[in-house]
Amino acid sequence: MTDAPDLTASMRMPSRLPPRNDTPMVPKNSISGRALVAVVAIMTFLASLTTGAVMLVRATASEWQSDVAREVTIQVRPAPGRDLDAATAKAVQIAGAFPGITGVRAYTKEESARLLEPWLGTGLTLDELPVPRLIVIKFGENAPDLGLLRKILSEQVPGASLDDHRGWIDRMRTMAATVVAAGVGILLLMFAATMLSVTFATRGAMAANRTVIEVLHFVGAKDSFISGHFQRHFLMLGLKGGAIGGGSAMALFAIAGLFSDWFAGSAGVDQVSALFGSFSIGPAGYIAVASQIVLIAAVTAWTSRQTVNRTLQTIG
Amino acid sequence: MVRFENVGLRYGLGPEVLRDLTFRIEPHSFQFLTGPSGAGKTSLLRLLFLSIKPTRGLITQFGHDVATLSKDARATLRRRIGIVFQDFRLLDHMTTYENVALPFRVMGRHEDSYRDEVVELLNWVGLGERMWALPPVLSGGEKQRAAIARAVIARPQLLLADEPTGNVDPSLAQRLLRLFIELNKSGTSVVIATHDIALMDQYDAHRLVLHEGRLHIYD
Ligand SMILES: Nc1ncnc2c1ncn2[C@@H]1O[C@H](COP(=O)(O)OP(=O)(O)OP(=O)(O)O)[C@@H](O)[C@H]1O
Ligand SMILES: [Mg+2]
Repeated sequence: MTDAPDLTASMRMPSRLPPRNDTPMVPKNSISGRALVAVVAIMTFLASLTTGAVMLVRATASEWQSDVAREVTIQVRPAPGRDLDAATAKAVQIAGAFPGITGVRAYTKEESARLLEPWLGTGLTLDELPVPRLIVIKFGENAPDLGLLRKILSEQVPGASLDDHRGWIDRMRTMAATVVAAGVGILLLMFAATMLSVTFATRGAMAANRTVIEVLHFVGAKDSFISGHFQRHFLMLGLKGGAIGGGSAMALFAIAGLFSDWFAGSAGVDQVSALFGSFSIGPAGYIAVASQIVLIAAVTAWTSRQTVNRTLQTIG
Repeated sequence: MVRFENVGLRYGLGPEVLRDLTFRIEPHSFQFLTGPSGAGKTSLLRLLFLSIKPTRGLITQFGHDVATLSKDARATLRRRIGIVFQDFRLLDHMTTYENVALPFRVMGRHEDSYRDEVVELLNWVGLGERMWALPPVLSGGEKQRAAIARAVIARPQLLLADEPTGNVDPSLAQRLLRLFIELNKSGTSVVIATHDIALMDQYDAHRLVLHEGRLHIYD
């Protein structure tokens, strides 16, 4: 693989100027160099999309969890001879006085009826049915001592039980963990693929430069001089490719974030945002993508250094 | 300056290309290296240039046992040696001027300190007008002259040239030989590998003749 040199350079140079050394040691704008930039750009783009998707799922999963975890319900079950209204009022009073609880709201009979409408139809009076009453309790970051609350309730309000959604949360936690683990797995594969293709593309681009290495070696350049030049050149190529690929991915995320903000409220987007929260990878996501660009450029530079050193070894 | 003692060379598991070479290259000396094609002239020049290692024997260059030198030390030593390859090895992406100035650039010297020198030499070898041209558009003879200019620009103590007149007409060959002789007079030891009998007849110098792996010296 040899790259055609830029023959027009000699024509561009007006021959009256004094000659100058302004060509870099490593040929710029070679075909294989451009191919390397393209490979790096595409792989960085794909890896960035994967990173973004994983971060989105992870953020969303923890959002779901914390929303649900900041809410518990008290159920007051009916029983023959039990005054459900009084029991509910008592439970509300106990919960309201409990330290750490920020909101207590009992569903009225009518609200409970509406909850059941989809199953039982309209126009039904709860008096005729033994329907339990629900009290929703909200709290802040720090959960109150739910065990104590449960104990007090069961002692003082017959038929009351506390449901902290533990089963749901556990299931969701497992699901989110599975999704995130799968995402991380895909991300690792993506990374391996990126590194491999960048490594091979770099080697390909280096093959065209074997003569340069040999000639520099023959005119007495030390190995560190030669590999330094190549490393710098390939770092720049890697950064260029990474910036194109990672930059496009970031732009895509930014646009997606904007769109989901603009269309907030329209039905379709509400569904999506119910699932994914705000469609944005956040500053952490952008930092992750940016460090990916740097990492991939570093791999390019490192590979070129390895290849130079191996070439130098074969020519003594 | 250079001392070979019982030097042997083989490539891989092949036959010995060079056998029991024992000779010296004295400071300020001028020698032709000749012999049939495939006799090992290029191989001997590569040994002299420290680009390959002998399979056996001892090579001393500028007072250093070559086998014990580090890579960096060999690179530094190579700066005292100029070499012209049979296939020129010019960098296609650099102008003729830049190719010739390359040894200085690698040494880290400032361009102002050598620009005039490079231009003067380019004029001398008749490439003054081709200074801005890239090697792919040079003729064979022009490439050859550029390669020679690159080898001599840093005034090496030892100049090795592999068929330096292979691509030029007799009058230019004579001009290039004069360049080598001038260089030799200013103190450089010169080794020219050549088949060109006419060229050797033009100048009275030592002749090193390689035949069947052995070296015969005619003073
Ligand atoms: N890198 C190599 N690997 C294996 N064998 C080689 C290598 N280089 C040279 N040879 C062999 O060593 C022998 C000497 O080759 P060399 O190039 O030194 O000859 P030469 O005298 O320069 O010939 P010419 O006059 O044709 O240039 C040849 O038989 C050649 O095939
Ligand atoms: Mg040869």
